[in-house]
Amino acid sequence: MHYDASSCNGCDIEVLACLTPVYDVERFGVINTGDPKQADIFLVTGAVNDQNKEVVKQLYDQMPEPKVVVAVGICACSGGIFKDCYNILGGVDQVIPVDVYVPGCAARPEAIIDGVVKGLDVLEQKRLRLQQEKEGSK
Amino acid sequence: MSDWMWIVAAVVFVVVGPLVGCLLAGIDRKISARMQNRVGPPIRQPLYDVRKFLAKEQVTPNLVQDFYVMCFLLFTIVTGALFFGGMDLLLVIFTLTLSETFLVLAAYSSGSVYSQIGAQRELYVAMAYEPIILLMAICYYLEFGSFAVSDIVESGEMAFVPLLGVFVAFLFGLTMKLRKSPFDLSLSHHAHQDIVRGMATEFSGRTYASLEIAHWYESVMLLGMMVLFFLNGSWTGVVLGVVVAVLAWILEIWIDNGFARMKWQTALKSGWVVGLILGVGNVAVLLLI
Ligand code: SF4
Repeated sequence: MHYDASSCNGCDIEVLACLTPVYDVERFGVINTGDPKQADIFLVTGAVNDQNKEVVKQLYDQMPEPKVVVAVGICACSGGIFKDCYNILGGVDQVIPVDVYVPGCAARPEAIIDGVVKGLDVLEQKRLRLQQEKEGSK
Repeated sequence: MSDWMWIVAAVVFVVVGPLVGCLLAGIDRKISARMQNRVGPPIRQPLYDVRKFLAKEQVTPNLVQDFYVMCFLLFTIVTGALFFGGMDLLLVIFTLTLSETFLVLAAYSSGSVYSQIGAQRELYVAMAYEPIILLMAICYYLEFGSFAVSDIVESGEMAFVPLLGVFVAFLFGLTMKLRKSPFDLSLSHHAHQDIVRGMATEFSGRTYASLEIAHWYESVMLLGMMVLFFLNGSWTGVVLGVVVAVLAWILEIWIDNGFARMKWQTALKSGWVVGLILGVGNVAVLLLI
């Protein structure tokens, strides 16, 4: 799932480019969905501001475990060139835990796909941990 | 065919049905990707997806929703088993409608506006294709003097030629029943349609997995209905039927990729116009001959 916090749209276009025939991230079984309840990976572009902080949090909370957050673009990683703006809180990790950081301005589609595939590894680890916890609690 | 053969056929459907359905779904995604000039996911991707959903945490707005979705899965299996078990075609159709109703109830049970709009649209679409399926059953009765699938198969005559009209209408209704674009108004398989995931908005984890599995069963059963048109008591009929069913599947994928979503009014109108002209025309022809 992809959410645009205050991004300049540069990274968003690169995220969409990942779905096009040239890059085709569906090769890895990944599809872009609009429904947090069926999503595993949360791609956030752009820095978080005061207004959309709650939205980001809510989307994150709606996703069932195991889940992974990928911050795309330098804005999402640290705030980037908008860091000092009065309304910007900073990177996405100020509001929700981030697992993979994809730097770049705008992040290249190759880098985004790399980040997503890394995210899949993290997802697998989280799944195993969740399974162990479940067995442990029995 | 003797009684036990029909029971075997029903059991085979219950066991092998989801595997074939999964394969069909995988081929669907692969061909769609190729049509868009992409490489596409591995054929087994739907299986991986369902395995993943089974392992995920379950988030449900209320308890009845999961129950309804389980009923949907159960009755879809029952419908298919009745069909492949050679039972009454009318019974099959009404059980199919019942399973559909459970899915709509599940979508209505949550507070989400998206799933409620989806449920509403699903009802509109059901209204559009239901007459087609009923007319199909009527034509079978007029031609073979029986509603039972076993009698139709054992008659040893191919139904395709006398039932050409309803066959075309059924092909049309298949797009609605498989929820393919342009009639995917209630639940789309592609992201970025107007109402997110429609009916499935609130489904997650195991519930979503059972929805997928039910779809696999459903596709196999619908293609089975397609094969029924071609059975003529020998193997050639079976082979011909399967070939046509596979072609129909590919045609559906092509339609899915080639058309944008329509409004429900268009779906309803086109469903009734096609159903009435071809279906009733076919009934008239069968009555006159
Ligand atoms: S990283 Fe660059 S391209 Fe991406 S949102 Fe920030 S400013 Fe725009």
